[in-house]
Amino acid sequence: MTGRGLPGEPLGERFRQFRARLEQPNGGGLRRGARRGGSAGPGLVAGEPRPVPPAGFASYYGRPILKAPVWRHDIPAYLFTGGLAAGTALLAAGADLTGRPALRRSGRLVALGAVAASTYFLINDLGRPARFHHMLRVAKPTSPMSMGTWILAAFGPAAGLAAVSEAAPLLPRHGVSGLARRLLPVTGRAAGLAAAVTAPALATYTGVLLADTAMPAWHDAHPDLPFLFAGSALVAGAGAGLVAAPVGQAGPARRLVVAGAVVETLAEHRISRLGLTGEPYRVGPGGRMLRSSRLLLAVGTAGALLGRRSRVLSVLSGAALLASSVLTRFGVFEAGVVSARDPKYTVVPQRERLERQASTSAGGPAAAPGG
Amino acid sequence: MVEIRPAVAVNPAERAGYVDPPPRMGFFTDTSLCIGCKACEVACKEWNLVPVSGLDLLGMSYDNTGALTANSWRHVAFVEQSRPVGWQASAPLAGTPTGAPVGVATAETGAGTVVDTGTDPGVPSAPDPAPAGRMVDGTQFLGMPGTELPGRGDRGGRADLRWLMMSDVCKHCTNAACLDVCPTGSLFRTEFGTVVVQEDICNGCGYCIPACPYGVIDQRRGDGRAWKCTLCYDRTKSGRTPACAQACPTESIQYGELDELRERARARVERLHADGMPEARLYGHDPTDGVGGDGAFFLLLDEPEVYGLPPDPVVTTRDLPRMWRWAGAAALTMAAAAVAAFVGRPS
Repeated sequence: MTGRGLPGEPLGERFRQFRARLEQPNGGGLRRGARRGGSAGPGLVAGEPRPVPPAGFASYYGRPILKAPVWRHDIPAYLFTGGLAAGTALLAAGADLTGRPALRRSGRLVALGAVAASTYFLINDLGRPARFHHMLRVAKPTSPMSMGTWILAAFGPAAGLAAVSEAAPLLPRHGVSGLARRLLPVTGRAAGLAAAVTAPALATYTGVLLADTAMPAWHDAHPDLPFLFAGSALVAGAGAGLVAAPVGQAGPARRLVVAGAVVETLAEHRISRLGLTGEPYRVGPGGRMLRSSRLLLAVGTAGALLGRRSRVLSVLSGAALLASSVLTRFGVFEAGVVSARDPKYTVVPQRERLERQASTSAGGPAAAPGG
Repeated sequence: MVEIRPAVAVNPAERAGYVDPPPRMGFFTDTSLCIGCKACEVACKEWNLVPVSGLDLLGMSYDNTGALTANSWRHVAFVEQSRPVGWQASAPLAGTPTGAPVGVATAETGAGTVVDTGTDPGVPSAPDPAPAGRMVDGTQFLGMPGTELPGRGDRGGRADLRWLMMSDVCKHCTNAACLDVCPTGSLFRTEFGTVVVQEDICNGCGYCIPACPYGVIDQRRGDGRAWKCTLCYDRTKSGRTPACAQACPTESIQYGELDELRERARARVERLHADGMPEARLYGHDPTDGVGGDGAFFLLLDEPEVYGLPPDPVVTTRDLPRMWRWAGAAALTMAAAAVAAFVGRPS
């Protein structure tokens, strides 16, 4: 993660080029005067207006002040699989209580698969994967990652037991396995309900996990990220339900799609109204992913509502919703990383805050910065 | 005037549960005394067995370290500015270059270099060179840019130069985000109020790295763990001065009891103001700032961001209770949506 370097190029080469340019009549176009004069500069990106930062902010050789996360793609992938596990566990518990066996079975199996994938992603991303169990040394409310570990430790076994109970009909009717065959559905219901109770925590703590950092785009979105992820988890879980369950039992999944889409859209709308620190959600790679995610969400929601009788349409819209949730997670992740890599998002809001404080405490305009 | 309000100061060691801890220890780094010798960087590496952090030229004045990383726990920043120190204005000398200096173009070029520090994220290049130019020129727009080549032409006066040097280090915050978010308990508060990573506990989850409001802590590649300044915990425990402060030849890095250092810093900044350097200011000394004050604070001669420091850092966990409440509301919304989807009209 060394930024936009030029691998393979000796460093002295840049300076040689620089010195050579100085010998040319107009400086070789090295001075990008427009950027410094306060005119267009970064200006329009991808055709969208960007809030123009105040003309003069400085940074040490223009380099980032904050360190971007070293998390690889395992973490946004986990954000998706964790949300999917939570959404499907809720769907499965509801299906269990309202007598929709196919929806229940698919929900429980997807939840187990997703929680297993989550565990893999979380351990794989560690710098020292063999020390994953060090997470279990402490329980710290000040660390969302520690809280998440314990939420996952509660959810995982419950979701796993619920999924295993689906094997009951495959067991022989007699002997010990016959007893297990009778006990498993009851155990499965209890485990499934326990998983459903912890599921909302699993789906929303990840919003705090990202917001509880110094990454400007994440931290400033702290009231909205849990809602965004809750909505995205419902959309993913219901999307999986649409893919896996027959249309006759997928009614609640359709309603859950609508609920999730509403929650997600409202949260995204609030995030889009953030000032400068909301910019990474609108432009660049994060903005592109979030736009695609919104498009897929709209298509998937429409398909889910229109495809009440069509299995094919249900599967297609379910797939669109799952893809939308993936893109939401990766888009939000990317926005936070981008906001760390550009010192603009660190310096400008903090400067503005200081100037506001100075003007309120002094009862007048802020003193001009600079020595 | 610089005001220090010790009344609001808390001893983080006491808060962490130490009974009757020793006085809080820290660094006062007075950049007006720094000569950029980098003895602190070397002494730190030698004492703490910190690996090599890339031997390369970055084009950032004499700074070839780039930033604080897992492999550089002290980092000496160099900024060449075309303005005088304090009140001193130099008269033009015969035969010396006159006119606009090349500093801006040089700094903008230095913004684009990279070096492999063997750490992540290490020293990334600048997304935009313009803030590097303003680091040299100041954040104020000083008028129309000259039409002459940089370094050419005669404007009748010699270009002034001041050279800012500053040895950066972990701030050992009173309210330390890295410590708060660490899920293994690897990061802990020492009895001296400093913040230290236990290398036998850290599992490289990386959460401390984006949590730090100063961008200090970093992950060592291959090793996988997070590393930063320990304020030489082994040395402080035995009553010795940390390696960097011990090696500093100008006492730019001063080690001692934090209360005493704050008093010394207040006197120093007043002295500098009286001597005609109104740009001298303290950074990280105030126990009422966003991180509750730093255990390692600085005397700077320009805005913090010129040195790569955030102008108004805030510990992210200050908002954590509110974040948990928002998450609770979101979780309840999610549960309510699920219940409504099933108890709604039958399909």
